Amino acid sequence: MGTDSDQGRRWHDMGGRDAGEIARGEHDHALWEKRVDALMRIASARGYFTVDCLRRVLEDMPPDSFETMTYYERWIYSITQNLIETGAFTIEQLNARMEEVAARGPTYGEAQGIGEREAGE
Amino acid sequence: MTRLPEVTPPPFEPPYPTTEARFAPSDVVRVKKGAAPGHMRTPWYLRGHVGRVERICGGFGNPEELAYHRDGLPARPLYRVRFTMAEVWGNRAERPADTIDAEIFEHWLEAADAP
Repeated sequence: MGTDSDQGRRWHDMGGRDAGEIARGEHDHALWEKRVDALMRIASARGYFTVDCLRRVLEDMPPDSFETMTYYERWIYSITQNLIETGAFTIEQLNARMEEVAARGPTYGEAQGIGEREAGE
Repeated sequence: MTRLPEVTPPPFEPPYPTTEARFAPSDVVRVKKGAAPGHMRTPWYLRGHVGRVERICGGFGNPEELAYHRDGLPARPLYRVRFTMAEVWGNRAERPADTIDAEIFEHWLEAADAP
């Protein structure tokens, strides 16, 4: 014990390693985070991919993603990758839509087009 | 000091359909030392460690294949295996007699003799 090589151990498989200080504070979820969660549930219910596929992409991300990205940022990265893999949309379609959304305005509310929808109702 | 936990097998059948489970509750098993460049669910810290089958959870699609959009079939028996902290962490264990349960697929387990 203790002499077992770590060769082949992947970065995400971190159980038992020193964790340092643990943040024990509670936090609320932002609206976009709840939507990412909902998107995962809808996409898996529709058969686009499984939770195993979600985890596989998370694990294949570079080690620093665990430090530089939040939980749901990593989720949306993985969900997007999986939806491209299973043909829900193409990269071209994704990029076109991202440009369209960005053109609506810099705030989350504007990006959702809320103002437009309210004006039209 | 024994490094094997006591287990009380649950008084019910696995709640999910299971076929041909190789191990039974109370069996002593060792976690294989494999590795994979891709997705697997067996945690590194349990490699080579010996525990007891606490229960058969049922048969489930193989996550190593499900992770790549395959169907993961046939379903593999999944076990809940109980380990003592003494077994898993050795001298680092703060409470050696405490136990930890992990759910491990049959293809990651092999029979082991009780020490």
